[in-house]
Amino acid sequence: MLKILKYSFFDLMRSRWSYVYFGFYLLLGVVLLFLNNDLSKAVITLMNVIIVLVPLIGTIFGVMYYYNSKEFTELLLAQPLKRSSIFLGQYLGVALSLSMSLILGLGIPFVFYGLFKSNAIWDFSLLLITGTFLTLIFTALAFNIALSNENKIKGFGYAILLWLFLAIIYDGIFLMTLIFFEDYPLDKLSLVGTMLNPIDLSRTLILLKLDISALLGYTGAIFKQFFGTSFGLVVSFVMLVIWVVLPVLRIMFKSKRKDF
Amino acid sequence: MKLKLLFTAIMFMVTSLGAQTINVCNSCDVTSLTRAISLAKPFDTVIVKKGTYKEHNIVIDKPLTLVGKNYPVIDGELKGEVITIISDSVTVDGLFIINVGTSYTEDYAAIRVKKSKHFTIQNLVLEKLFFGIYLEKSSYGKVYHNKIIGDAVEEYNSGNGIQLWYSHYVDIEHNFVEHVRDGIYLEFSDNCVIKNNVSAENLRYGLHFMFSNDDIYQDNTFENNGAGVAVMFSKKIKMLNNQFRENWGTASYGLLLKEINDAEIIGNTFEENTIGINLEGSNRITYKNNNFTNNGWAIKVRGACYTNHFVENNFLYNSFDISYNSKVNDNIFDKNYWSNYTGYDLDKDGIGDVPYRPVKLFSYIVNRTPETIILLRSLFIDIIDFSEKVSPVFTPDNLMDNNPQTKRITW
Repeated sequence: MLKILKYSFFDLMRSRWSYVYFGFYLLLGVVLLFLNNDLSKAVITLMNVIIVLVPLIGTIFGVMYYYNSKEFTELLLAQPLKRSSIFLGQYLGVALSLSMSLILGLGIPFVFYGLFKSNAIWDFSLLLITGTFLTLIFTALAFNIALSNENKIKGFGYAILLWLFLAIIYDGIFLMTLIFFEDYPLDKLSLVGTMLNPIDLSRTLILLKLDISALLGYTGAIFKQFFGTSFGLVVSFVMLVIWVVLPVLRIMFKSKRKDF
Repeated sequence: MKLKLLFTAIMFMVTSLGAQTINVCNSCDVTSLTRAISLAKPFDTVIVKKGTYKEHNIVIDKPLTLVGKNYPVIDGELKGEVITIISDSVTVDGLFIINVGTSYTEDYAAIRVKKSKHFTIQNLVLEKLFFGIYLEKSSYGKVYHNKIIGDAVEEYNSGNGIQLWYSHYVDIEHNFVEHVRDGIYLEFSDNCVIKNNVSAENLRYGLHFMFSNDDIYQDNTFENNGAGVAVMFSKKIKMLNNQFRENWGTASYGLLLKEINDAEIIGNTFEENTIGINLEGSNRITYKNNNFTNNGWAIKVRGACYTNHFVENNFLYNSFDISYNSKVNDNIFDKNYWSNYTGYDLDKDGIGDVPYRPVKLFSYIVNRTPETIILLRSLFIDIIDFSEKVSPVFTPDNLMDNNPQTKRITW
C-alpha cells in the first residue's frame, strides 16, 4: 500500500493541479493578510472559504483522479496485490497531497506574517486541522461515488450534487426544520443535525473558538454543556474521525466486490 | 529657644482646637474601640494599633477620625453590624473588617453610615461580609481605595459591596469589589461620581442603578460579572470610558439599560460579552466613540427605544452587530465603522458609497428560534442574509448607516 501511496502522491506532486491548488491558497492567504492587516479577521474569512471550498475541491479532485487513473488501476489489479491496498493507497495519495497544498499554501503567508507571535495561532491551527479533516472526508466520499458509478458524467454529477447538498441545501432544510418545530425543545435535534453533516461539524468546531460569546446566549442545558466545556470539542473531533473512517471502510468493502 | 516657642505655639493651637488623640491597642489604657469612642470628644482622633479587636455594633455618634495603623483586624464574629456611623464629619481609615453577621431583616453591613454628611471612608479591607459599605440617607461623602472581597454563592442570600440608598453627592473612587451580589448599588441616589473602580466576578451586577439620576461613572472596569452594569429607571446618567469585559452567559450583558432616558454613553469598550448593550425602553441616548469588539451581539434593541443616536462607534468582529425585534426604527446610526461592511469608497473620502445595514435577517431568525444559532456563519445563512440586504422584508428598511466609515475610527 505504501508503495502505491508513494506513487500516487509523487504523481500528483508532479501534476499541474496540485500547483494550481497550492498557488490558489498561497494567493488567498497573501491577499487576505494584505487587505486585512489583522490576523484574527483573516482567520474568520479563511474559515468561510475553507468550509466551502475544501469540500468542493476534495470531491471534484477525488472523482477526477479516480477516473483519470482508471487504466493504471486496472493494470495494478492484474498484479498480485491486495485490492484494498491499491485503492487505499490511491485515496491517501490524493488526500495527503491536497492537504499538503492546503497547509503549505495557507501556512507560508501566515508564518511570514508573524503567526507564531500572535495569539491567533490556536484558531489558525484549528482551521488547518478542520481543513485537513474535510479533505480526508470529501476525497473518501468522492472515491465512493466514483467506485459506484462507471459513467464519468454521472459520477461528476453526483459529486457536485453531494457538495451542493452538504454545503448549502442541508443547512436550508435544517433551518426550515428548526423553524417549523420551534414550539418543541430543539437543542438535541440541532446538535444531532450538526453532527450528521461534516461541513456543519467543522463550522461548529471553528465557531467554538470564534463566536463562543454568542453561542452562550442561548438558554439550554445541553447547549451549555456542549459549548461551555471542552466536551463539544472532543465530541466534534470524534465525529470527524468517524466521518473519515466510515467512507474509507466503504471504499475497502466496495473495491473488494467490484467487477472490473 | 525657637523650638520651645514653636512647641508652645503648637500646643496652644492643639488645646484651643480641643482635638486629642486616643490610642487603642491590646496593651494600652484603652483596649476597645467602643470605649475609645465613648471617651473621645468631638473632632478627636482615635488611632487603632495593629491587633485583633473582637467587637461589633460600634456606634460612632460624634465627629471623629478613626485611623487604623497597619490594618488592625476588627472581627465582628458574625454577630451583627460592625461599625455604624450616625454623626456628620466622620473619617474611617485603614481598618481590616471581617465576619459581618448575616440577617435578612436588618441588612448588616461592615460599615453603615446613617443620615450623616461629609463622611470619608477609605483604605478599608472588607472580607467575609454580608453588606460592605452601606450609605443610608447620607450625602456629600467619599468612599476611596477600599477593597471588598466577598464570598457570595447565591443571589438571594448575599449582600452588595457598596450600597447607596437615598444618598446624594457621594464620590466613589478606586475601589476594588469582587464576589458579592452587586458590586456597587445605587438606589434613589443622585449626583454621585463613580470613578476608577474595578468590579469583577460579582453574582449579579458590577454596578447597578435604580431610580438614581444625574450620576456619572467613568474609567471603571467591569469584568466577568453576571451582567456588567445595569442601569434601570434612571435619567441623565453619564457613562464614560468604562471597560465592560467577558460577561458571558444566557442572561449576561455588558450593559443593561432599562427605562433610561437622556443618558450619554461615550468612549466605552465592550469586549467579548454575550450581549454588549441590551436596551429596552430607553430613549434619547447618545452612543459615541465606543468600541464593540468580539461580542455575541454588540447591541440588542428589545423594544420601545426611540431617538437614540449611535454615532462614530467601532463595531469590530461581533457575531451580530445589531439585533432588532421589530420592524419600526426611530434610532439613528451614522458615521460608524463596521468591520462587516463590504461596500466600496470610490471617491476616497473615507465614507463608504453604499449604506450599511447592520441588522441581518439571521439575527431576526435567531430572535424567533434561538436554536438556529447553531447555523451561524453557514453559507446558506450568508445567502439569505445577502438577499435580505438587497431587498429588506423582515428587518426595518430604514435602519442603515448612510455614512459607514472605511477606516477604524480613532479619537
